[in-house]
Formats: sequence, structure tokens, C-alpha cells
Amino acid sequence: MKVTLWGTRGSLATPGTATARYGGNTSCASVHGPDGTILVLDAGTGIRPLGMTLPRSLRRVDICLTHLHLDHIQGLGFFAPLYNPAVEVHIWGPASTTMSLQDRLMRYLSPPLFPVRLRELPCKLSLHETPCADFTIGEFHIASALICHPGPTVGYRITTADATLAYVTDHEPALGVPEFPMSGAWTSGYELAAEADLLIHDAQYSSEEYARYVGWGHSSLQHAITFAALAKVQHVVLFHHDPGHTDQDIDRLTSEAIAATQPTFAVTAGAEGCVFELGSR
Amino acid sequence: MAQQEIEVILVRQLASYLAMPMVIVDPAGTLLFYNEPAEELLGMRFEETGELTQDEWVDDLGLTDEQGMPVAPEARPLVIALNERRPAHKTMWGQSRDGVRRHVEVTAFPLIGQAGRALGAVAIFWEVKQA
Repeated sequence: MKVTLWGTRGSLATPGTATARYGGNTSCASVHGPDGTILVLDAGTGIRPLGMTLPRSLRRVDICLTHLHLDHIQGLGFFAPLYNPAVEVHIWGPASTTMSLQDRLMRYLSPPLFPVRLRELPCKLSLHETPCADFTIGEFHIASALICHPGPTVGYRITTADATLAYVTDHEPALGVPEFPMSGAWTSGYELAAEADLLIHDAQYSSEEYARYVGWGHSSLQHAITFAALAKVQHVVLFHHDPGHTDQDIDRLTSEAIAATQPTFAVTAGAEGCVFELGSR
Repeated sequence: MAQQEIEVILVRQLASYLAMPMVIVDPAGTLLFYNEPAEELLGMRFEETGELTQDEWVDDLGLTDEQGMPVAPEARPLVIALNERRPAHKTMWGQSRDGVRRHVEVTAFPLIGQAGRALGAVAIFWEVKQA
């Protein structure tokens, strides 16, 4: 499978010269399967440039939302396939305990927040509620599970015959843990990430910042690497960069986190345009 | 290694910070976690016992009601919370592993997760103080 990062920023789109290298778009990644299936992970502002690259022959695309915080859905209304009647768009995401996924999405995709209503979109739209379910899309087997973040939030584990991607962003596995990490059995997101070839994980804060934002639902860079070590992944991508972090900050924080944790696997600070090829096909 | 559900993980984190005795069981009644105040009440330490099956931890308690009669399983708050998915409360006597017999109030409630998943139950305890 081929994984491409289209938006790596957390919380708020952050354009500008100081963030040009890692990028200012909010969360979005695409996954192209060996047989042509296309998955989109989250619909932050990075989904707009992704939509512009998709072929005109596209007939189906699946969008897997982790949750409905604005930085993960803000680009949805600007995703070109939504306006193509020939395309099936399937949106997967969590319901809440009291509202369906459709009702939750309609809060954003309706006036006055957005001029086009969900029901007015020309594409063939289907909505699917994901928490705690395994499902199949094309050649991908997908597991989803609730993870530690305020409000209903899921992570995804996407598997083909020879590769596994874990997408676990907006995740605070260290919340309330006296000494992080605990065992895998008592760590949020562990099963999603266990022995993945590639883990894309929240790394919003420096360790000093994390101490001020405990409970906000995000991880420090060190926590992300520690979690990756617990899960025995091959490669972790640090993702959901804080909007206050410049490219230079991210370089420095990544170096410091690696020095502090001494990982035995690859660590990459996620940048827009990064491509990762997993498996042999 | 199977991972606990996120709701159960978060309840454990909460319990570990609370000063009142609290135990967490899975849908089969296995004792998944008990906090330090509950350690005092049960007369054992979680670090030493780890998880305990229902047989391993309930049978030894010798639960009796206010009249000294054994409390039937179906009348125990945790069993009601698990089987009937509703909160339950009862005052009972029980004996901890250190041999001390205690008079306690027990309130149990079910843990029902997203999509109606039955994840287990939680019980909290108060020791009844004699007037």
C-alpha cells in the first residue's frame, strides 16, 4: 500500500513560511491499495489538494474520519469527488451516544457554517458508523476502536496481505497513567498499533507543553515514541503538529525526543507530501 | 496481549485517583482492577494478585445480609449490574482476606459503552460506621 500525507498539522491550519516544510494543512492522509482502492484518513484541510489529484475515472472513494473535531472535517466540503455525480463517496466515522454520524456531520455541512447541505451533495453519498467495528473496503481489512481523546474518537488499523498501517492521531494514551507506559492491555490504542509496519501517531506537544495540557487529548513527541516502542512498530510518523511549532521547532523537538527515548525503529516527523510504501505490492 | 476497552481503561485511571474503594469487573465477573482503598477493604494488594476470577475473589468474602443470612448471588449488587444492566445497592457484611469482618454498603453500576456494548461493572464501597 502507498500512504501519502496531505495534512500533518493539528488543531488549526497554519500556512506561512515558518511551517512550509512540514506543512500547514490539518489532518489528512491517503492510502492507495495494490488493487486500486483509495482510502482517505480524515478530512482536514489537506483533503482539498488530495481531491485535486484523484483521477477523473474515480468511481468510489472511502473517507475514514477519526472524529468530528473541526480540524479533521474542515476540508470535507472542499473535496472534489463530493460534487461528482458519478462517484460513490463513503464516509465512515463515529456516532455519539445520542446522535448519528449523519446528524453530527450535518451540524457542520449546513448553513450558516457551510453553504451546501449534506443532502444536496451531488455524489452518491453513504454514511457508516464505525466505532468498535471491523470492516472491509476493497483489499483493505480495517479495524477501528475507540481511543483516548475527548468525545467519540476512533483509530484505524488498515491491513493488506503483507502490510499494516495504524492511524492513531488525536490520542492521549498517557492520560492519568502514573508511569507511562503501562502494559499493552491497559494502554489505549495498543491493539490498533501492535506490530504495525507504520504508525501515524499524535505528537502535538513538547514534554513541557504536555504538562500544561494534560487531558486535552494529545501526546508529547516522547509519548508517541514510547507508545510506538510498546506496540513494537517498525516505523512511527509523528503527526498532528502543534500550530505553534515552526519547522525549526519540529526539527529540534524530534531530535530531542529521539535522544531521550533511544528508539530502535525509524522515527519520522510527518511532512506534507511524505510518501510511504508498505509491503511488496 | 488483548487490550481492554477504552472505557474500562479510563475507569481504571479514574479509580486509581479516587479515595473511595472501587472495583472493576468484566462481563464474566472477573476482577480486573481494584484501587488502593479497596485493597484495604479486601485485605489484598492488586500488585500481588493481579486479575482474579469471580470464584477467586467473591467466594472468600462470605457475604451475609443484615440478619446474618448468606447473600444469594442474584441479590449481589455487582451481579445485578452485570446481569440486569442496572445500578443496585445493598448493605452487607463481608470478610476480607486478612480476616476482618466489615459492615459495608455497596453500590454497583454497569459499564455500557458506545453501541450498547456490555463492558462489565463497577462497585464502590462505604464502610458502615456504627453510631
